[in-house]
Amino acid sequence: MDLHGFGHLLLAGTWITLKLAFTSLFFGLILGLIGAAAKLSPIRALRWIATTYTTLIRGIPELLLVLIIYFGTTEILLRLFDKYIEISAFAAGVTALSIAFGAYATEVFRSALQEIPKGQRESAMAMGLNRWQTFTRILMPQLWRIAIPGLGNLFLVLLKDTALVSVIGLDDLMRQAYVAAGFTKLPFTFYLAAAFIYLLLTIIFMQAIRFMEIRANRPWQGAR
Amino acid sequence: MSELIIQLSQWLLTLTQGAEPWDSYARYLPRLMDGVWVTLQLVVVSGIVGFLMAIPIALMRISKSPWLWIFPYCYIFFFRGTPLLVQIFLIYYGLSQFESLRNLGWIWTDVLSQPYWCAIIAFSLNTSAYIAELFRGAILAVPKGEVEAAQSLGISRRKQYQHIILPRAFGIILPAYGNEVILMLKGSALASTITLLDLMGATRGAIARTYMSLEFFLLAGLLYLLLTAVLIGFFRLLENWYNAHQHAINMSLEKVDPQLRDKHLEDNVR
Repeated sequence: MDLHGFGHLLLAGTWITLKLAFTSLFFGLILGLIGAAAKLSPIRALRWIATTYTTLIRGIPELLLVLIIYFGTTEILLRLFDKYIEISAFAAGVTALSIAFGAYATEVFRSALQEIPKGQRESAMAMGLNRWQTFTRILMPQLWRIAIPGLGNLFLVLLKDTALVSVIGLDDLMRQAYVAAGFTKLPFTFYLAAAFIYLLLTIIFMQAIRFMEIRANRPWQGAR
Repeated sequence: MSELIIQLSQWLLTLTQGAEPWDSYARYLPRLMDGVWVTLQLVVVSGIVGFLMAIPIALMRISKSPWLWIFPYCYIFFFRGTPLLVQIFLIYYGLSQFESLRNLGWIWTDVLSQPYWCAIIAFSLNTSAYIAELFRGAILAVPKGEVEAAQSLGISRRKQYQHIILPRAFGIILPAYGNEVILMLKGSALASTITLLDLMGATRGAIARTYMSLEFFLLAGLLYLLLTAVLIGFFRLLENWYNAHQHAINMSLEKVDPQLRDKHLEDNVR
């Protein structure tokens, strides 16, 4: 495929796409853990907030979320400080994608937490561990093993959703393909090139997820 | 219908008496409703077309001959592995690169260069790949006993698929199909990037005129939530109707004959 010297632009865009995906993954996982903890909490208000969060976010398009965060935040800042403060497309993208990822991750973590036998929590209590210790030392290490397949799928979705941030002008892979297509008048070539780079990333991360799954299940493989 | 919405909008305008953002909401209500209508068309048409395309793709995919399964495998992999936005741009902007396509006459001027049809083509292709994968799983999950029973009755392979396996597989994928249609609803917002005036496009148009971005985005979010709720309700009804036999079995399976139980039904009982 002849890229007319735009290959390095696509690579630079790929790098931004990856940064965006991993930063959103980091914050999204934190949001997901908080959300799951809130959903299973004995406090009713927390459960209500978490349920509202997941229902709202899963019911509106990701594109709308990106636009709300990007344009909405500047407008709120404008009203608060009476001054036009522009937030970066990257920050808006990370915020929107983390919020979206967190909503789905909440469900994954919740079902994973529920899959851990109740006896483990009870024995932790009997050993005198407090709630925080039970969570970090008993539940968390097991949580990953159960949650990895679900989170892996969500990450692949997140990777594809990063393309949406190009709409608000972040120079990610999608936007660089758009720029190159406009320059060379070869839209098919460049969008196809972008598609293949996304496919390549998907393949790489699918393998990585498979590897992590096998690693996480090591204790169970010997027993069979 | 549109007459009614315009009258409703007029009536709301007299109520709001210039109070923002309600006044703008009332003023742009007809356009937003047009947008909702376009969004619904996109979702329903691509949902049905994608479904019909998914069946042959899934059947080829489960074939044992590599010549048959390699194409659907690549097709599914491509459409599930790349962003929907890339696929839409590839079809709407990308196809104009080919001189031969531009000389096709009405196919080019009325279909392939129209954002509406490009969006429908892109969504149908995309969703068919996802549904084909669901179908593949469901066909393999049809209880073996039912296929064996059909074989022992001497039903031909074609009729087995037509009357037993595919209807059964449809029942199995129904909940997942509902999810897929909701994902499609959310994906349809991307049609606004190729200048289509769907709900998202109409919202952005209203914002361009009123500068009230936050208010209109939140209103659009509310409308999308409503659409999602309607779709969820519709699929719940459809599932209750189509899988009614399973609900009946849920209650009285034990009493009928324990020997009849197979793995799939046992999961339901639990």
